[in-house]
Amino acid sequence: MHVAVCVKQIPDPAVAGSLDQQFHLNRSGKVLLDEADTYGVEVALQLVEAAGGGDVTLVSMGDASDVTGFRSALAMGATSAIVVSDPALRGADALTTAQVLAAVIAPLNADLVLCATESSDGYTGTVPTQVAELLSWPALTYATKVSTDDGTVRISRQTEAGFDDVESSTPAVVTVTAGSVEPRYANFKGIMAAKSKTIDIRTLADLGLTVAPQEVVDSVTKAPTREAGTKIVDDGTSAQAIISFLESIKVL
Amino acid sequence: MGFDALWVLAEPSETGFTSTSLELLTKAAELSPSVTAITWGAGGDDLADVAGRYGATSLIHLGDLGSVLPAGPVAETLATLLASTTATALLTPGSYDGRDIAGRLSARLQRPVLTNVTGLRDDNGLVTEHPLFGGTEIATARVTTPGVAIVVVRPKSFAAAEGSTPPAALRREAPVNTQRNATITASYREERNGPALEDAAIVVSGGRGLGSAEAFASVAEVATLLGGAPGASRAIVDAGWVPYSYQVGQTGKTVKPTVYIACGISGATQHLVGMKGSQHIVAINKDPDAPIFSIADFGVVGDVTSVLPALAAALRARG
Repeated sequence: MHVAVCVKQIPDPAVAGSLDQQFHLNRSGKVLLDEADTYGVEVALQLVEAAGGGDVTLVSMGDASDVTGFRSALAMGATSAIVVSDPALRGADALTTAQVLAAVIAPLNADLVLCATESSDGYTGTVPTQVAELLSWPALTYATKVSTDDGTVRISRQTEAGFDDVESSTPAVVTVTAGSVEPRYANFKGIMAAKSKTIDIRTLADLGLTVAPQEVVDSVTKAPTREAGTKIVDDGTSAQAIISFLESIKVL
Repeated sequence: MGFDALWVLAEPSETGFTSTSLELLTKAAELSPSVTAITWGAGGDDLADVAGRYGATSLIHLGDLGSVLPAGPVAETLATLLASTTATALLTPGSYDGRDIAGRLSARLQRPVLTNVTGLRDDNGLVTEHPLFGGTEIATARVTTPGVAIVVVRPKSFAAAEGSTPPAALRREAPVNTQRNATITASYREERNGPALEDAAIVVSGGRGLGSAEAFASVAEVATLLGGAPGASRAIVDAGWVPYSYQVGQTGKTVKPTVYIACGISGATQHLVGMKGSQHIVAINKDPDAPIFSIADFGVVGDVTSVLPALAAALRARG
């Protein structure tokens, strides 16, 4: 079984984000594997284990001068990584990103492509279905459980009302919700093994692709701010103070 | 000013259309005299009345799609229909199916998709507004190539307004579906005692400050006692304490209740974008410097695991 997992390195979420002159997200600092991707990596490893073996290939687009994030997914147990890194892709929109990922995935002969429901930095949430459409594959989205069985993939899909059981034939794209599984911690052996795993870095020319942005950010302005109100320190009577506040705004 | 034509994905709900769909119809009618709504599902011809009252001039109904997950056939049909229009944009709700349809349609038409949109206007063409960094900054964007823009709008970005406009002209259209599909084999409803998170007038949300999954019970209890809905920060969804459907924030739901009570939530930018539009904000947090206090109308510096049970007891005592 071969599972491809779309992953992304993002700026450390603990550091306040900023934009550069072109209104692109500043990515010059430390980068980490997006925590949202760790669930897809874990699901992929579990599916391959359940199928009796196979490969988990990481697929990514973005700057590859720092590969710390990819190494941490490889340390969890992924087999190898393919990263498309090209200055022309700086600030690429969702459709461009999907075109690049689909071009990498198409020749892999994968049974499944797993993605997070959205990245934590760009959070467009459309790339997985764009990839699925470009490959003419079904997309099974917002999965809280995933299983495969002889050419069929089944998921529990989060809905507004509850959840649905959804299935399709493979190959297919599946998006995995955060919290659906407990991502494993890389052990020492995994971390050591990851150092010698292949990270194949490619350019747009390697893929035979050219890209043209179709959208532009015109301006970025400060949003109106909210004023802080009263703040009290709990002395054992704050429950009553909250009730008084709720009464004052007439919700009680 | 205004656009010749706009299209709106009017997502079906048990009662007609989802609330975000109605918000989009209202906004579209403000920006264009020609608003085409497209829907699917078991709803009858009376949907044309509803669509009309919220501003649609026509309604295309694809009918019941059976067990097929809607994104495939709806996007494929839309791609066919939009090819013969001069519509400026298709607006879709930022819901599960809305996002899936927008993605597939974008790839099929090779048109860009603008996501997490919270504002729309005509300024020599369509200009979209997007909250950045938890809504502390607003970016404006536009599409630079000719053709339809696909615009995914965050719920509650606009107010829905029902008018006395006539029913939309109804057209039944058979869905186009030539691709391999995902199918729904069973549907389950989660039992919910109170209102849905997005519709609740009072939302009580829990975060990592609760300390354990078990402590979420007091969040849920206070929500129930107030007739509201429980929500959660991303941290405790990622930790598996509550399902994804509880998540409020950038990657979760947007809520604008009368009052939002944040319990043990520090106020990361990713959370704030989903709730800062609330009319009133109450915060309970151990850390006096937690960012959530900077936007709270009423803040309590204290341990949620003692304040919440006390609040629940006091509310129970009121009866």
